Amino acid sequence: MNTPIRRIAIAVMAMILLLLGNLTYVQVVKAGDYREDSRNKRVLLAEYARKRGQISAGGKVLASSVPSDDELKYQRQYPDGPVYAPLTGYYSTIYGPSGLERAADGVLNGSDDRLFVRRVSDLITGRDPSGGNVVLTIDPEVQQTAFDQLQSKGYTGSIVALRPQTGEILGMVSTPSYDPGPLASHRAEEQKQAWTELNDAEPAVLPNRAISERYPPGSTFKLIDVAAALSSGRYTPDSPFTAAPSIILEGTRTPLPNFGGNRCGGGETATLREALQRSCNTAFAELSAQLGPQAIQEQAAAFGIGSTDLTIPLKVAGSTLGDIENTAQLQQSSIGQASVALTPLQNAMIAAAIANGGEVMRPYLIKEIQDQELNSVETTEPDRIGPAIDSGVASTMTEMMVNNENSYAPLNKIRGVQIAAKTGTAQHGADDSVPPHVWYVGFAPAEDPQVAVAVLVESGGDPNNLEATGGQVAAPLGRAVISAALGESP
Amino acid sequence: MAAVDDRPSAAPAAPAPLPTGRGIELVLLAFAAVLVTGALALVEANQEQQLTQALLWVGLAYLALFTVAHFAVRTFAPYADPLILPSVALLNGLGLVMIHRLDLAELAQAAAVGDPPPTELISRQVAWTAIGLALFVAVLWLVRDHRKLSRYAFTAGLVGIVLLALPGLLPSSISEVNGAKLWIRIGPVGIQPGEFAKILLIIFFAAFLVQKRELFTTAGRRFLGMEFPRPRDLGPLLLAWGLSIGVLVIERDLGSSLLFFGIVLVMLYVATERVSWLVIGLSIFVGGALIAYQLFGHVRVRVQVWLDPFADFNGTGFQIGQALFGLGTGGVGGTGLGAGRPDLVPFAYSDFMLSSLGEELGLIGLSAILIVYLVMITRGLRSALAVRDSFGKLLAAGLAFAIALQIFTVIGGATKLIPLTGLTLPFLSYGGSSLVANYALVALLLRISNAARAPLNRRPAAPLPPIAEAGTELVERPK
Repeated sequence: MNTPIRRIAIAVMAMILLLLGNLTYVQVVKAGDYREDSRNKRVLLAEYARKRGQISAGGKVLASSVPSDDELKYQRQYPDGPVYAPLTGYYSTIYGPSGLERAADGVLNGSDDRLFVRRVSDLITGRDPSGGNVVLTIDPEVQQTAFDQLQSKGYTGSIVALRPQTGEILGMVSTPSYDPGPLASHRAEEQKQAWTELNDAEPAVLPNRAISERYPPGSTFKLIDVAAALSSGRYTPDSPFTAAPSIILEGTRTPLPNFGGNRCGGGETATLREALQRSCNTAFAELSAQLGPQAIQEQAAAFGIGSTDLTIPLKVAGSTLGDIENTAQLQQSSIGQASVALTPLQNAMIAAAIANGGEVMRPYLIKEIQDQELNSVETTEPDRIGPAIDSGVASTMTEMMVNNENSYAPLNKIRGVQIAAKTGTAQHGADDSVPPHVWYVGFAPAEDPQVAVAVLVESGGDPNNLEATGGQVAAPLGRAVISAALGESP
Repeated sequence: MAAVDDRPSAAPAAPAPLPTGRGIELVLLAFAAVLVTGALALVEANQEQQLTQALLWVGLAYLALFTVAHFAVRTFAPYADPLILPSVALLNGLGLVMIHRLDLAELAQAAAVGDPPPTELISRQVAWTAIGLALFVAVLWLVRDHRKLSRYAFTAGLVGIVLLALPGLLPSSISEVNGAKLWIRIGPVGIQPGEFAKILLIIFFAAFLVQKRELFTTAGRRFLGMEFPRPRDLGPLLLAWGLSIGVLVIERDLGSSLLFFGIVLVMLYVATERVSWLVIGLSIFVGGALIAYQLFGHVRVRVQVWLDPFADFNGTGFQIGQALFGLGTGGVGGTGLGAGRPDLVPFAYSDFMLSSLGEELGLIGLSAILIVYLVMITRGLRSALAVRDSFGKLLAAGLAFAIALQIFTVIGGATKLIPLTGLTLPFLSYGGSSLVANYALVALLLRISNAARAPLNRRPAAPLPPIAEAGTELVERPK
């Protein structure tokens, strides 16, 4: 019986060798594929155990990881959470990251190629790998003011502030906001509860209204009409338009009245300047019909409307004019109604472009990427998207917008600073039972613009204030933010 | 032979005592204890538990437990193979460390999700280890001579078949866990009688084959250069085949079925020395497997998952897919004990203990574990070669091959070499029945190895008196 037993022994060794061979195949040859497979959660979990970089702005830390005494090793913290939540987003172990936590994840977790050298040195020195840091363009003063302005009045809305020459985003708020802290909790119950509450909140708190919600721009859209008109060379600020309180939309029986049913000034006709100042719908309906859809569409596109691939690096929803099938629709679009929908950021970009001599700058949030030791690795260079209008048109428009601003009572104005602005009051909803969205876009100082802002307050900020207007509700907020950006006390 | 001194007048030299190897065994056990304690310390360190002196006590308790086993061997089987028990101790210890490590992961997971903490498996497995070692000592104590087992062959066979068949006949509420009807569950305690049936049936087959050896070696027809048995002698093999198919169909346990049939086949081959048995056996196995594939959905699913586990990753392929991810992430060196995420694999503590070990110990660690198994198995086969009686040879070969086939199907299944079968890794995986039964198995192997290595006549030969003083006496012929 010994011969078969010896053969069995050899067979057993062959079996073990076969197993070892197969294990080598799995753990060496295929190891890389398995390790990097997107369905392999191990890599992700390892990431949570690494010290994640911080997000800061103007020397203020907005999100950082501090050592914790549990399995996940680091606790993500958000000082001033609600003020910055639309930017930082949250970093949840259950629901994943959002906002910059998602968009700048590669830098924050240290896997970004720009941190490669640092990673290698971590490997050699045996130091625990940690992520890089992100410094924002945000001016904490502007951000806080903008947030307080909306929050203290209980408004649902958004404010965006840009530096016209560079596209740096100085402030970007969305209210009501939320605290990302509980979503980064290591206690699952707390996360789940916060998640349910935040998702059920009314009005919604999770979307960043500045970039992911689009609103009818109302009269602020008239800036585009003016830009198209002046750029055509056929019009000047003194070109006359109808001053009628109401006109019938072309090809329909629908009347299009002015705000409050007023005539546009005292004369038979109103100049373009006067029409913009008084925001006369009839004049702009006439103008747009004369310009035709193509001129309006091209001018809007030059300001960035219709582009859907903008990232700051948060994804920005594409603003749109909607379909313009006939002149009646064009006339409605020209006063920022019909299917026109802009994000507050897009509206701020229009103001910024006018302030910047017609040049549209790509807006951005990340000023600088730093390595673990806060040494600068990369600084963002401003990037021009292209000219929307030539500089002559821009200065004419600035002058017209100054005229607008100055036509308001001197309430809430900043002493010694000339603002150029346009207000908007946009109907939305099926009937007139909902107060309009109100807008304020502008920049200052008019002669040397340092900041451009867009303010949006949803439904006039008060469900009962059916008479809300941009000038009354949104403008004071915009002026406060401008003054904060210029370092002045309001 | 050395004890027989036939020189008439020389002063009788005290015969040198045969080395028992017990000293080596104790040293190796202490080494295993050091390795296991070290492994535990690593787990605790990487899981950020407090490193306390308690670790040392756990290590010493473990060593004490196996020292008891060692002294049982020293007393009841002093010449037993010295490598088998330390191998078992090392595997069992590593298994306990890994189960504890997975407990920690489960606790952390439960805490993170907010569930109540799950029951820890480790305390149960420690209890099963103690029971296993008690059975180990009992078997060594009760079975002083393995040949006596052949007297109870038919009893063992009958009990074995009953144990094997019992879960299949019992209502599913008692016997079914995760789709396989292998259990007898009474309250919280469940046993898998199949694990014990395996040993009893090996005893039965060894005795049966020795008794009926002639029957299987009767010349049949020659074909392809091989002597084939007469069809009428195929009966017992067909019976075993039918039994294993029955296990497959009724109890839905691919692994036990394969294991059982493989062992019978190899024992037949060892007993008859005829390759033809293997050929016949493998052909009807393949035939059976093909029929099973056609007839049974669960077999088909297993095969499809084996061919491409990622085709249905979130369904049937999830387990094997996760196991492969774990093994791949571990790579050559592993993540380090306690530093990986083996808990992502369902049943990481039992069926997929291998991927847990592979993720954290890497290819290097798994190779070491495989070699420890190989040492154990070859030592068993070596005892089979060295023992003098046919029954002992067959029994040792059967028992050793049972371990070999089991680790092959489990590891092959978890690494996608062969379809997944759902057996446990002897001594490593969580599971009381498997552990306790395997301790009995090892005790039998040690008993046989003791018989193989012990001197023929342990008493030194009586010194021969000088011829002049010798009276007439009856001299017994040396046996």
